[in-house]
Amino acid sequence: MSDPFRLPHRPARRLPAGGRVDRSAPLRFTYDGTRYTGLRGDTLASALLANGVAGASPSLYRGRPRGIATAGVEEPNALVQVAGPGSEPMLLATTLELYEGLTATGLSGRGRLDPGPDPAVYDKMHLHTEVLVVGAGPAGLAAALAAGRSGARVVLVDDQPEPGGSLLAGHEEIDGVPALDWVAAVREELAARPGVRILTRSTATGYYDHNYLLVAEHRTDHLGPHPVPGVSRQRLWHIRARRVVLATGSHERPMVFAGNDLPGVMSAAAVRAYVNRYAVLPGHRAVVLTTNDHAYATALDLVAAGAEVSALVDTRPEPPAGLVDAARRAGIEVVTGSCVVGAYGDAAVAAVRTAALDADDAVTGPVRDLACDLLAVSGGWSPAVQLWSQAQGTTRYDEDLAAFVPARAAQHVDIVGAARGVLDLAGCLDGGFAAGAEAARSAGFPAAVPATPANSGDTRPSRPRPVWLVPGEDGDPSTWHDHFVDLQRDATVADVHRAVRAGMRSVEHIKRYTTIGTAHDQGKASAVSATGVIARLLGARTPGDVGTTTYRGPYVPVPFALLAGRERGPLFDPVRTTAIHPWHTAHGAVFENVGQWQRPRYFPLAGEDMDAAVLRECRAARAGVAVMDATTLGKIDVIGPDAGAFLNRVYTNAFARLAVNSARYGMMCRADGMVFDDGVTLRLAEDHYLMTTTTGNAAGVLDWLEEWLQTEWPELRVRLTSVTEQWATVAVVGPRSREVLGALVPDLDVSNDAFPFMTARETRLANGVEARICRISFSGELAFEINVASWYGLAVWESVIEAGRPLGITPYGTETMHVLRAEKGYPIVGQDTDGTVTPWTWAWSGSSPGRRTSSENARSDGATPAAATAGNSSACCRSTRPCCCRRARSWSPTPKRPCPSGRWDMSPPATAAPPSAAPSPWR
Amino acid sequence: MLLIACPWCGEREELEFHYGGQAHVAHPAEPEGLSDSQWGEYLFVRDNPKGPFAERWSHSAGCRRWFNVVRHTVTHEILAVYPAGQPKPVILP
Amino acid sequence: MHPTVVMSNHVHVYVSQAHKGELVMGAGVDSYNGYGQRGSFHLIERQMAAALELFPVFARAHVLRTWGGIVDVTPDASPIIGPTPVGNLFLNCGWGTGGFKATPASGWVYAHAIATGEPHPLAEAFTLERFTTGALIDEHGAAAVAH
Ligand SMILES: Cc1cc2nc3c(=O)[nH]c(=O)nc-3n(C[C@H](O)[C@H](O)[C@H](O)COP(=O)(O)OP(=O)(O)OC[C@H]3O[C@@H](n4cnc5c(N)ncnc54)[C@H](O)[C@@H]3O)c2cc1C
Ligand SMILES: [Zn+2]
Repeated sequence: MSDPFRLPHRPARRLPAGGRVDRSAPLRFTYDGTRYTGLRGDTLASALLANGVAGASPSLYRGRPRGIATAGVEEPNALVQVAGPGSEPMLLATTLELYEGLTATGLSGRGRLDPGPDPAVYDKMHLHTEVLVVGAGPAGLAAALAAGRSGARVVLVDDQPEPGGSLLAGHEEIDGVPALDWVAAVREELAARPGVRILTRSTATGYYDHNYLLVAEHRTDHLGPHPVPGVSRQRLWHIRARRVVLATGSHERPMVFAGNDLPGVMSAAAVRAYVNRYAVLPGHRAVVLTTNDHAYATALDLVAAGAEVSALVDTRPEPPAGLVDAARRAGIEVVTGSCVVGAYGDAAVAAVRTAALDADDAVTGPVRDLACDLLAVSGGWSPAVQLWSQAQGTTRYDEDLAAFVPARAAQHVDIVGAARGVLDLAGCLDGGFAAGAEAARSAGFPAAVPATPANSGDTRPSRPRPVWLVPGEDGDPSTWHDHFVDLQRDATVADVHRAVRAGMRSVEHIKRYTTIGTAHDQGKASAVSATGVIARLLGARTPGDVGTTTYRGPYVPVPFALLAGRERGPLFDPVRTTAIHPWHTAHGAVFENVGQWQRPRYFPLAGEDMDAAVLRECRAARAGVAVMDATTLGKIDVIGPDAGAFLNRVYTNAFARLAVNSARYGMMCRADGMVFDDGVTLRLAEDHYLMTTTTGNAAGVLDWLEEWLQTEWPELRVRLTSVTEQWATVAVVGPRSREVLGALVPDLDVSNDAFPFMTARETRLANGVEARICRISFSGELAFEINVASWYGLAVWESVIEAGRPLGITPYGTETMHVLRAEKGYPIVGQDTDGTVTPWTWAWSGSSPGRRTSSENARSDGATPAAATAGNSSACCRSTRPCCCRRARSWSPTPKRPCPSGRWDMSPPATAAPPSAAPSPWR
Repeated sequence: MLLIACPWCGEREELEFHYGGQAHVAHPAEPEGLSDSQWGEYLFVRDNPKGPFAERWSHSAGCRRWFNVVRHTVTHEILAVYPAGQPKPVILP
Repeated sequence: MHPTVVMSNHVHVYVSQAHKGELVMGAGVDSYNGYGQRGSFHLIERQMAAALELFPVFARAHVLRTWGGIVDVTPDASPIIGPTPVGNLFLNCGWGTGGFKATPASGWVYAHAIATGEPHPLAEAFTLERFTTGALIDEHGAAAVAH
């Protein structure tokens, strides 16, 4: 019987002791169809390395073998697709926490979207805090501690499952104890403070205006692919902070030499993380290549873990003697003033070639071969300034550090630790404590700066010697097709050379031409190396001479679904329904969206299509009686002693002398004279008008009114209130509507003389409900509108249906309304007009705004455009002087270049009769 | 997302506000006396500086009051907030 | 893979696919003028939600990078092409969110204006003058989604 989880025969790579992995918790997983075992605490990458698997698919364009190159978010190679309900492409093996049953497939830079529904829930939280600390390495922990002790609210976020940052990968000491014990103590103290919140597995992805940051929290991904009931899979925190402390650390840069993309070429810091944090030996025979002090620790740790280190190659002619001695004491050959000029091997690195470099980075002296299965490279350190830059902070190139470091802040933000180029532990702690205390202080919480505890990392690193472009052993840059600058894009020195030869000088142009830095990793680790190559090819001295490209959010890729959160399906946009909506639904209405409102479009009977239903509905409205839910019209209470004067100014016609309980149609124009809205306004009392607006424009009209009231006419004593949702409106329409009204309100005299057109009555329906009944019409019929408090809308609608039943009352929707209006030539503002229609073009197009005039009633309210604009008023939307519409009219009589359609010709056509009080065409 | 300090409500998210364009564009006292180009100037021509800009906002999803803000159009830093009708504060560069 | 640009004025988003396989998407415009060139996050969130309304399959696609630029928008959301009151100064601007796709046509009529000093007949209505004559061309509807 074969054991499906039998390890393939490979040299043991999991170390027998140490690391942050739980040896009592083996986890089975599948990668590219093969089953393996890892440990709790592993990432997929560390588990693969422990099993001797290179852990990446071939490169996208050139099919080159690739392997895991880093241990974090900057990983360029190890992309996977994770199986599950809601399979997810393009995840990084280096940040994916291992769980039991994890099934992943390596990807060559391209994945597949799961066609099935995503079963997971994503949500958002909004948070205000005094201090937000991003990054829980030593600098961030120190900052959070100092700020937290002040009593300020502090949020500390870190993308790892546990705090510690770079301390997780080393074996430093702080305050006389192992650094991770110090971390645990700090975490405990912070957790005990009520104002402090620690978010782990949480990546700050965006830094926007006024200290607004986005943090993506992975809540269940480490548990497996299945949704956890009651817990969102991921959560997007929107955090507004008074002060921000960025302690985001740094990324180790790759170096650009021939064969630098082979599996087994790995960041030296990542090698150290695999050895110390995950207890995995990524290779047995290593060469370490460095430009700076840091990789010495990697070399020593490799030896301590049982690997052979064939050589430590340092680009510096004179590295610090102490480091060199320590390495030599451990049996490591230290080669100075040299570089790896090529890595070789078929499927993985098998050997490297080294050579001495002169001061101009040219190869001098013989080339030497060294066999190895691991090349640990430290090309230098790039402070993680992505968030800093997103916040519009500037950077400058620091010659001593050979890095772009933060320069000037653009928001209330400080940056500490490696993210500002401070690479020693003592400096990180010092800076963190000081920045945390200062952040709290400036947010109003006096704070002391804690004393920095003694620690093992108090030597400042010495000066690095970057080698931006390691020369090939032969040829020139145009032929260096295996010097990779961006691994995911398979972009090489030869590609950059081609761009430069084509005349490009700007790093932005070269980036676009070569696509460097635009792949999944967005060049986190490689961008500055690429800039270094560009600098060399342009003949510039340092990357500082060419500058960086702009960093753009998100810092790490985030799923669309996380950004969408719960705003999906019915919650994507609020759906507004009227009080009568349940009746519509129950009676088979087909709905139409009007803005956010759902309005019945038509009410088909069994077997009817839309045309049949609409014809039937129209017939009822024209010949019998029909009923429509008109609740969605915007309604605005205009109240105050100057309400009439105000309406005079915002409409093109006058309202101040309108009798109480009378209604008038009004047309509203923008300052440029274009028709903006229209509707009937009812005067309810001396100082109280009720304005109606088109359904879609209600909010816009209210804004518009407020604007003029507050900014131009603050002297007017008027208040505006939206009451759209307070009133339900039932329009009873048709020659027999009067009979329905008679039945509904037996006490009200609804005869033409007692209740004339364009008037209103406050009354009580037979069922006891208080109602305001208006005799106005949408579509030229005899019609009444019954307005009741929304609570009673449904009941009153039902009683109208009941009262009209003997007359065959017919509910109708917007489609019928459009037909009825079109038949009468009544346009709808916003549907039949755009921002080029003046009252004049409207009038002369032969249409009219005679909404709610009645063909039955010879008594239109006189609100034809002719009357509105030429006739009467001192009304104006601009001042008490002649209104904008008159202005519009006085604009040059004929535009010099009229459009062939004459659409916006605002002068009366020469052939047409001038406006007059002649009978309106619809009478 | 800007954080705008409504003079009446205090600091609120940009989403609660409605933008009203350049502030201090006085309505012409005698519109009917203006030439077409003067009138067009009033309606359509606005400043668009790269730097501090006095503009109008309304707290439309809050107290609905209009007020003025001086905002830097590159950094979006808000340099002043003041009620409508008050003169533009002197902002030192 | 998407062979074409898909745009929805209703939910406010557009989507197209680049040769490399990535999706290029866009949507709203800040309500205020600015030179920050970054893109407000709430617009991006809204646009992603809109994209999922159109294509639920995008749920676990990832946003790699975001970008915002400056769009020059005129009061009537239509471009200005042609001569100006300043001699030999010609304008071709105000394209807002739609200037790429119009480039061949706009270049053509613009060249005509420069060559002859008179607007091309197709672009006559688009001169600067319309802001004094009032003969506006309302394209707010068409320009609602950057595309
Ligand atoms: C985010 C975004 C997405 C867009 N998406 C689309 C889309 O999908 N489809 C579409 O059709 N349109 C789109 N557009 C609109 C389109 O980009 C523009 O309308 C178009 O680029 C305008 O062309 P232009 O030639 O007028 O100006 P630009 O393309 O802006 O060119 C102006 C040039 O002048 C240079 N310049 C400026 N001042 C000076 C100076 N003093 N000296 C020298 N040079 C100077 C600038 O650097 C620039 O190169 C989008 C715009 C943005 C911002
Ligand atoms: Zn307010």
